[in-house]
Amino acid sequence: MKYLDEYRDPVLAKKLLAEIHRITTRPWTLMEVCGGQTHTIVKQGIDEALPEGVRMIHGPGCPVCVTPLEQVDKALAIAARPDVIFTSYGDMLRVPGSSTDLLALKARGADVRIVYSPLDALKIALANPARQVVFFAVGFETTAPANAMAVAEAARRGIDNFSVLVSHVLVPPAMTALLDSPANRVQGFLAAGHVCAIMGWTEYEPIAEKYRVPIVVTGFEPLDLLEGIWMAIRQLEEGRHEVENQYTRAVTREGVRLAQQQVMSVFEVGNRKWRGVGEIPMSGYRLRPEYARFDAELKFDVGDIQTMEHPACIAGAILTGEKTPLDCTAYGTLCNPQKPLGAPMVSSEGTCAAFFSAGRGLGSGSSFSNALPLVQVAPIAPEGAR
Amino acid sequence: MCLGIPGKVTEIRDEAGLAMGKVDFGGVRKDACLAYLPDIKLGDYVIVHVGFAISQVDEAEALKTLEILGEMGVMEPELMTMGPGMDAPAVVSDDAPGALTFDPALPPSSMAGPVA
Repeated sequence: MKYLDEYRDPVLAKKLLAEIHRITTRPWTLMEVCGGQTHTIVKQGIDEALPEGVRMIHGPGCPVCVTPLEQVDKALAIAARPDVIFTSYGDMLRVPGSSTDLLALKARGADVRIVYSPLDALKIALANPARQVVFFAVGFETTAPANAMAVAEAARRGIDNFSVLVSHVLVPPAMTALLDSPANRVQGFLAAGHVCAIMGWTEYEPIAEKYRVPIVVTGFEPLDLLEGIWMAIRQLEEGRHEVENQYTRAVTREGVRLAQQQVMSVFEVGNRKWRGVGEIPMSGYRLRPEYARFDAELKFDVGDIQTMEHPACIAGAILTGEKTPLDCTAYGTLCNPQKPLGAPMVSSEGTCAAFFSAGRGLGSGSSFSNALPLVQVAPIAPEGAR
Repeated sequence: MCLGIPGKVTEIRDEAGLAMGKVDFGGVRKDACLAYLPDIKLGDYVIVHVGFAISQVDEAEALKTLEILGEMGVMEPELMTMGPGMDAPAVVSDDAPGALTFDPALPPSSMAGPVA
């Protein structure tokens, strides 16, 4: 496919990798913010092919992973109501709540439906005027314009049986929270390309300046990631700390203004809890008061939510990069994608699931490895295999 | 949940006052909301995420990057990673009948992909 295949070329990947090795003189620790980037890095073995001492810490940018347990439990309580059609992006369905998950609830008869776009949830509401349709509005800045549009359209078209359970998080406050932590080891960031496609990168300029860290807006294909790593290391080696843009084909400094305007007309910034991390000030969106009638938390009384995480799960330390899945006693044994204990094992954006699907730490005889390491192995496909 | 996929705009229409269209991803055609990119034209490439065009692909920039990096490609069957979840009906063409009736109760082995 155009603009996709070109950025997966193993020959070019090797050239970029050699260039990274050539310019690296010291150990450096980088963080890729986005779970989609983690997926590519682990799957392609990019982290293992980097020079000795260059370490990739996998960031908290997995919306499925950081949606707080309270919100998952609220989703479960709302979805269990007989008058409700509960709609969600697919990867939230297997996220463990305190006692169950949405998919299990669906198997027990709850009307839980996967939608690709929040506008599909709106269509379901139009088609089912006698039922309440609730959409689980999770995600980072990437899903916010879509989720905001659904709410704005519901208001404009008077679709009053539609509401959203909001759990929106923002990237820059999470980065500064990490940088403020005394345990922080991150020296440079690969910023999330699609978050920046919408938001631009002006928010990152004061962060690079204040914390003296290079921030490289980076795409999602193997060559994008290798080039982003190369640009970040080049800055570190040269003692620079700027915001640079690797993902020039999709990202501009200002972002998409109309999307930003729509988001800020429907949402406002507020404190938000991150699963495994805790509350980060001003790190999420909530509905503005004028859209309160579309707030599922106000529409449905879910009672007291008592949350309980699985005691063996170290998701918090994984999300902040303090530990890797290989440090977890439950990884690959008690916890796997079929039966996840914690959210990072659910979504392929999650570090645990990314490790698992690449067969990391599962023994050489593992039948789970479906990785196709583009970087370490010779070109996968023979000429003309496409 | 942040994976977006580049595709070509093949249809632009007004749907109840909202700019919608179809985007072709290498043969799979999906509905997408185009409201955030009012200047988009037929034949333009956009990045689509959760049913919304979130960015126009800058062809000149794309070519420039490729010029720097060289030219050629190896196809990997990864169209599947375009949706907000492998469980999602993301890769089902909207032209196909029953595109939205995808059964979510798929075996977990189909979990491969999306995405911040």
